Order: sequence, then structure tokens, then C-alpha cells
Amino acid sequence: MFKPAEFKNPEQEIERFQRRLAVTGGLVLAAFFLLFVRFFWLQVVQHEHYQTRAEDNRISLVPIVPNRGVIVDRNGVVLARNYSAYTLEITPSRVADLEGAINELARIIDIQPKDRKRFRKLLEESRNFESLPIRTRLTDEEVARFIAQRFRFPGVEIKARLFRQYPQAELASHALGYIGRVNERDLGTIEKNNAEDNYRGTEHFGKTGLEQKYEFELHGQTGFEQVEVDAGGRAVRVLSRTAPLPGNNLVLTLDAKLQQVVERAFGKRRGALVAIEPSSGGILALVSMPGYDPNLFVDGIHPQDWELLNTSEDKPMVNRALNGAYPPGSTFKPFMALAALETGKRTPQQTISDPGFFNFGGHTFRDDKKGGHGVVDMYKSIVHSCDTYYYVLANDMGIDAISGFMRQLGFGSPTGIDIEGESKGVLPSQEWKRKRFRKPEQQKWYAGETISIGIGQGYNAYTPIQLAQATAAIANNGVMFRPHLVKYVENINTGERRPVEPEPLRVLSYKPAHLEVIRQAMVGVNKEGTGTRAFAGAEYVSAGKTGTAQVYSLKGAKYEAGKVQERLRDHALFIAFAPADQPTIALAVLVENGGFGAQSAAPIARQVLDYWLLGKLPKDAAPEFEEEGEGG
Amino acid sequence: MAELAFRPREWAQKLVAPIDPVLLGMLALLLGYAMLVLVSASPERLNNQILNLAVALVVMRVAAQVPPQRLMHLALPLYVGGVLLLVAVALFGDISKGARRWLNLGFMRIQPSELMKIAVPLMLAWYFQKHEAMLRARDWIVAALILLLPVGLIVRQPDLGTAILVFAAGFFVLFLAGLSWKVMAALLFGGLASLPFAWTLLHDYQRQRILTLIDPEADPLGKGFHIIQSTIAVGSGGILGKGWGNGTQTHLEFIPERHTDFIFAVLSEEFGLLGNTFLLAIYALIIGRGLMIAANAPTLFSRLLAGSITLIFFTYAFVNMGMVSGILPVVGVPLPFVSYGGTALVTLFAGVGILMSIHKHRMLVQK
Repeated sequence: MFKPAEFKNPEQEIERFQRRLAVTGGLVLAAFFLLFVRFFWLQVVQHEHYQTRAEDNRISLVPIVPNRGVIVDRNGVVLARNYSAYTLEITPSRVADLEGAINELARIIDIQPKDRKRFRKLLEESRNFESLPIRTRLTDEEVARFIAQRFRFPGVEIKARLFRQYPQAELASHALGYIGRVNERDLGTIEKNNAEDNYRGTEHFGKTGLEQKYEFELHGQTGFEQVEVDAGGRAVRVLSRTAPLPGNNLVLTLDAKLQQVVERAFGKRRGALVAIEPSSGGILALVSMPGYDPNLFVDGIHPQDWELLNTSEDKPMVNRALNGAYPPGSTFKPFMALAALETGKRTPQQTISDPGFFNFGGHTFRDDKKGGHGVVDMYKSIVHSCDTYYYVLANDMGIDAISGFMRQLGFGSPTGIDIEGESKGVLPSQEWKRKRFRKPEQQKWYAGETISIGIGQGYNAYTPIQLAQATAAIANNGVMFRPHLVKYVENINTGERRPVEPEPLRVLSYKPAHLEVIRQAMVGVNKEGTGTRAFAGAEYVSAGKTGTAQVYSLKGAKYEAGKVQERLRDHALFIAFAPADQPTIALAVLVENGGFGAQSAAPIARQVLDYWLLGKLPKDAAPEFEEEGEGG
Repeated sequence: MAELAFRPREWAQKLVAPIDPVLLGMLALLLGYAMLVLVSASPERLNNQILNLAVALVVMRVAAQVPPQRLMHLALPLYVGGVLLLVAVALFGDISKGARRWLNLGFMRIQPSELMKIAVPLMLAWYFQKHEAMLRARDWIVAALILLLPVGLIVRQPDLGTAILVFAAGFFVLFLAGLSWKVMAALLFGGLASLPFAWTLLHDYQRQRILTLIDPEADPLGKGFHIIQSTIAVGSGGILGKGWGNGTQTHLEFIPERHTDFIFAVLSEEFGLLGNTFLLAIYALIIGRGLMIAANAPTLFSRLLAGSITLIFFTYAFVNMGMVSGILPVVGVPLPFVSYGGTALVTLFAGVGILMSIHKHRMLVQK
């Protein structure tokens, strides 16, 4: 007993107990009042805020992706369309063990290693809550097998999706381009166009070609479903629906059959061809060989295919028609001749005597024909492709007069065709050289450099489409159009057809007499000159010009095709338009490492013109040509 | 024996004799309300809950029959048995959801901590009754140990919710028995001072719950999800509520555990501030009735027991509503008499039965 005991008085005891009870009663009321205040705060003061949050929880806007517009050629041949197919998709965020789940899936559905690879690549590129395809184009049997076991696979779903399909496969692949899954760069483009809302739910985006250029026309207006969702994100019921509006269709100026004729004519050869309707700028054929199958890209290309396309020496992914810059070789001569007439440096009748070479500043510029062409006037210079005539002419005109004239014809600038990423090529001039090089001695233009410019060599480098555009300008008497692939954009909701305006880009007021000289000379090429063989027996009058572009300088040594590696052989070129008096088609064709233009490029042009003007399909075997004297 | 069979009226009278109609009436109101909410939250569980309720009412009726003196005799064995079971749980208990709370007896699984909600106040009330004549410092220390031993065992399981309830039940006995304000003040300050230390003793998930309470938006889809969604449910209910069966948070499954610990969110969403106030009022009435019974109880034992049981009801209600409305951390405490689940209901009605018994025997001369 270390403390005195507390003696109790029962009365006091009860009184104290009741006091304590009263205190607790007070505390209970205080606590309940506190709760009431809290409820009042949440349910009255903050009610609106929580009301909104509950609604946000409840209602989710589910985008309905519109059907992408289809692309057809000028005759209605379908080049890009959509079809519906089933895909097996995984939402990575809802699957704990991805690898395990895929292994399990592989036991009921055929999943190849390349499917896994592609899935992994998609996974790296995407956000986790997106559902990503592990297999596309399931068969009905596969769908049925999965449905039967789907309870085993949370986060894995079968979805019916619209796929882009290019029914002509490789045909016009560079013109059409392709669509692929939306990536970071595309998101940037979408943001720049303030189209984020319209692209909610969209998984594909035009990557190249027309699919890219007309992305916002083709896409359409995304529809929405207001859906009540539960906490798991599952839709419970649809509250309202705004239907999507399908994208606009593209009707092209391109002729799929003509395109096919060209692609067959090329066969395994590399090169490009651009055929334009001179009176409108509408492109009739845009060929870059080899092509590729755009269908490969639609749902994420398999890494092996991508590797193959990109490491191939033939570079099938490069659009040579727009991005290949080649020296035009002798196809440059008609334009040089026109420049000479327009600047007054030559008359058609003026002649030179060609000894087979031209000496300038201690350097000898050779003509292709040993001993020379003798007396040469303008007509003959084009028909027989006399180099010496143009060495002298270039020297007389000077580089800036040449480049000033050529710029008007569109050389060295993008043509503005409705495909992104066109190269501008090189139109050499003093200014160009000053900007191009760093060292002062390199920046200076030497008069000697002007000489080979005259025959389309030297620094000259133009894209096939620039060459075709310039040819079309001459064919159309100097009235130039912007080359374009889309004839009109068709709104299938309203039926409205919006033409891509055929307004001239610029009108070059050349003297009709001058144009006539050039036209006659080019007609002469196919009648009695370097193009004779290719156009033997043609039932129409055509104008043309052959060309050969050096790939590799042999430094004076004689060029012998057989002894040079295939890849170092000269490029063959040909420009043409027909019928000569009322041209409906102008073209430029280039065959990489094809040797002489007359030999490999001109026959392709012949097939194009035969088909376009006469509807004649080529005989299977292209005629063989013997070596023949040819300029440049 | 045969005589009884022929007198159903007398039978019925005997059956209802120990029952306090006032308390039962209030409870009936509360239970009706609870059923209404349950039908909205989880209609498929109504039948089960009615069954639970039937069992609980039988327990109540049995408890009401037992006179306080008999209860006193039960105090020590119940308490000692309960502590032994808790030790057994710690040694051999089943682990479920990361906590060791259940004891598998072969034919059934029991949760001994539940028993302690009644056994601890019973034991303490008995202890104070025994030392009624002279309360020495040593007696307070023993009382504190009686309280802290089972609480400690339950905290270790870990089951913070039950530990809080058991501690509260015992502490109310000490408080009503006259624990000096000075000691309480000292304990309070001591407690506050040792908070940083206590923090280190908490399990990660317990710490997380407290952090979540302070800033639920830090992890809205993870740890903060429960509390954010229940707060939204309460707030979006407004003054009149969205109407019975119309709670979007409830029916689109945004409220976790909507039929058990978070049923108050359902009630709040569908019946609004009005419904909440009604609920608070019924609780206040029941607690008031319990405190009245305590005030009129004839012995120290029954006074302390009645007061303590009543205040457990309060603790349940306050902790649960505080948690659902986002002012207390999430601990597993159900809303008394409303949440779905048999265990809590049986415990609660055992308490009601004891209250009724104490009320019934208020006039009897003790000893």
C-alpha cells in the first residue's frame, strides 16, 4: 500500500459517472455535428464540383472512326479502298504477363515470330492503354476458336476493323503512298492542324504520297457515341450517337492502265517516268521503279520486310520521279535551243562547223561522233544531238543567262505536285555555286564549267518530274501548269466534286515561231534522228529527244558500255510529246544505268504513246537496238 | 412442460419480456433504412443479410435474457479465452489479404478479435466492479494492461480497424470509471509526442492510407481511388440525393465495397444530406437511449458496461462515416447495423442484448 486508498462514496461515485456520461454525450453530439458539417461541405457547398466529377466518371465519349475516302483513277479503277476484317488485339495495360498471354494465345491461334516482332515494335511506339493488334485478318475459324476461350484472356479482344487495302498492290505505289499507324510525328502534324478532336480514336495516318498529302480530305469527320461506362471502363449503354461522316474520295488524273503499261515496260529495270496532260498539268502516269507493296505498311510493317525494303540496292522506297536528281543529258538541248532563240543568241539558220570537239581554255570537249557532224544548224543539232553546237552556244550565252531561262521552265525548283517531299534538284548558276560551296576558290564560277552545262551535264541535276513539266510547257506553247495527281475531291456526303484547279502556274510568252522550230526539230528526232528506231512505223506524229546522262566520269577514257560495271553505266533518258501539233501527252522517262537513251528509254516512251493515242498494248518483247551514235 | 405448449400467449409474452421496445423500435427504423440501401447497393445479398439479422436477433434475445450478475461471471473466462485465441491466431492463424486474422478450427473459421469488442469492456467493467471500494494507482495500471494486451495482439495481425474499436471500447470503460483528466492529458501529450515513433511502427500500407487521406489525388487511380470515388459519391448526392437506385457512382461500380464498409457512400449518394441527417439522428437516438440505460444502471459493472457498449456503437458510426466522407483514414470499420456482414451484426446485437438486460434489471437489488 504505497498510496492511501481512495475511499468511495456511492452517491459521489454515481454523480461523477453521470457527469462523465454527460461529457461523452456532448462529445458524441460534437462528433456528429462535425460529420454534419463535412456532409454539408461536400453535398451543398461543393456539390456542383462533385456532381461534375460523377458525370465525368459516368459518361465517356467513344469516338467512331469514319471510313477513309477511297482513291480511284481517272476511269474509276480503285487504287485504295477499305475492307473489314477481324483482328486479335491486346490492351497491354490490362494484361499482367504479356509474354505468357501471347504464348497461350499462340496455342489456339497461329501467331508467327514475325507477328510477335511487329507487336513488340508497336508496343514500343504506343501508349499502354491502346489496344494493339497481335494478329490481323483472322479467319472465321480462328475467330470462333478464340471466342470459345476468351474468358481465359482478359485484356484480349477480337475487333472488327476497317483496313486500308491497295488492290493493285505495287501499281503506282509511289503516287498513292501508304498509311500506317499514327506515330509521334503524325501526332505533331495533327496538333498543328488543330485536328486532335477529329483524330480521337484514329489509328492510321497517311505516311507518304497522296495518302499523306490528302490525309485531312480522306480522313472524314469522326463520330461520337456518348456511352455510360462503369469503373472498369466497360460500356453499359449508349446514351447518344453522332454518326461519323466518311472521308472524301480522290479521283485521280492518273490512268491506271497507262501506269501498268509503263511499269510492265520497265520490267526489272530501275528508273522513273512522268506523263503529263500538257493542257491541264494532270499527271497521267507517275512511275518510279522498282515499287513496293503499300499493303505491307497498313498495320505496322513486319521488321524483316522493312529491313528488306530499306537495304535493297534498288532502293524501292525512293520515289525517283520526285526525289531522284539526274543530269538531263541531251534532253536538255531543246530547252537550250529555245533559250538561244528567245535571247537572240541564235537564229534557226545559223550554222556551226563541227570538227568533233570544242577547245576551251586548254581543255577539249568532245562530241560523241568522231570527226564531228559537219555543218550543223539548230534543227540538225537537235535531231542528231550535236554536242559541239551546244558547247559553243553555252559559252556564248553564259551561265546566268542559261539558268535565268531554265528557272522559268521550272528547272531547279519543286514543281508543286501534290505529293510531299519533292526534291528541287540543282539549277547551276553563279549564285548557286557561291551558296553551295565554302572555300572561296570553289565558290567562283569558271567559264569552263558553263560548257558542259549546255549538253545537260556538269552541275545540272533535275528530277524527272521537272523534265516532264518543262516538256509539257513546250508542248503547251509555254502555258505551264502545276503538275497534279488529283483531278477532283469528291464529297460523298453532299455529292460535291471539288476540282483541283487547272489554272496555269505561269504563262511563258515564247514566240510561236520559236516554239515551232523546236517542235519541228523534236519531230525530226523521231522521224530521222536518234529516236527513229524507237518510233519506226508510228501512226501519229510525235516529238522527242533522247538523252544519256553520265553517272561516272571516265576522265577522258573512251566509254564502253560493256566494260563498265552495270551500276556505273550511263542513265538513259527520253522526253516526248504527241501528237506533235495538238499534244495530249508529254512525258519524261529515265532508265537508271540504261545506257543510251535511244536504246532503253525511247522504247518505253513509244509504248506509252502507242497506248495513250491508239489504245495499243505493247508486244511483249521490246525491240533490240544496236549501238548508235548519240549525244552526251 | 405440456402446460406451456397450450399457452402461446404466455409464451410470446415470455419471449418479448426482456426486450426493450424503445431501443428495438429505433433499431427497427435503422434496420429498415439499412435494408433499403442494401437493396440498392447489392440486392442479391438481401436474403443473406436477413438471415444474418435473424441470427443476430437470436443472439440479442439470448444476451438480453442473461442477468448482469451472470455476465460478470462470464467476464474473466471470455477475456482469458479470447486472449488465448488471439495468441493462437498469431501462431497458427490463416493469412488472408496479407493479414493473419482468422483461426481455422477445422469445422469453421473464427475471428477472435471480434469477440474482444465485447470481452474487453466486460472484463474491465468486472475488474472495476471488483475494486470498486478502493481504486489504487496499481488498479489503473492493471486495467491499462488488460486493455493493451489484446489491442496489441490485434494491431500485430494487423487489423487497425478492429484494434481501434477494441481500444475505444476499453478506453470508454476507463474513462467512465473516472480516469483522471490529468492522466488523460498526459497520455494525450505523450501520444502526440510519440507520433513520429509510432509512424515508424506502422506497416507501409497503413502509412500509405494516412498519406492518401491527406492527399488522395496523388494517386487517383491507385491508392486514392477508394477515397476519391466515395467522396465524389457523397458530394454528388447533394441535398436530396439522386434517388433510390439511381446512384451512378454506386451502380457503375465506382464505389468499392459498396455493400460493406462503403455502404454509407451509397446511402449518401442516393439520399443526400437529408438521408445522412436522418441516419445521424437515428444513431444519436440509439446512443442517447444507451447512455440513458447506463445512467440508470444499478451497479458500477452494468453502468460501465452499458456506457462502453453504447460508445462502441458511436465509434463504429463515427469512424465509418468519417472514413467514407474523407476525414479519417481508411480502416476496416463497418457502418453499425447497416453494412452487410454477419460477424459485425452478431457482435452489435450481442451488445444490444446486454444493454437490454441491464435496462431490464435496473430495479433489482444487487448482490
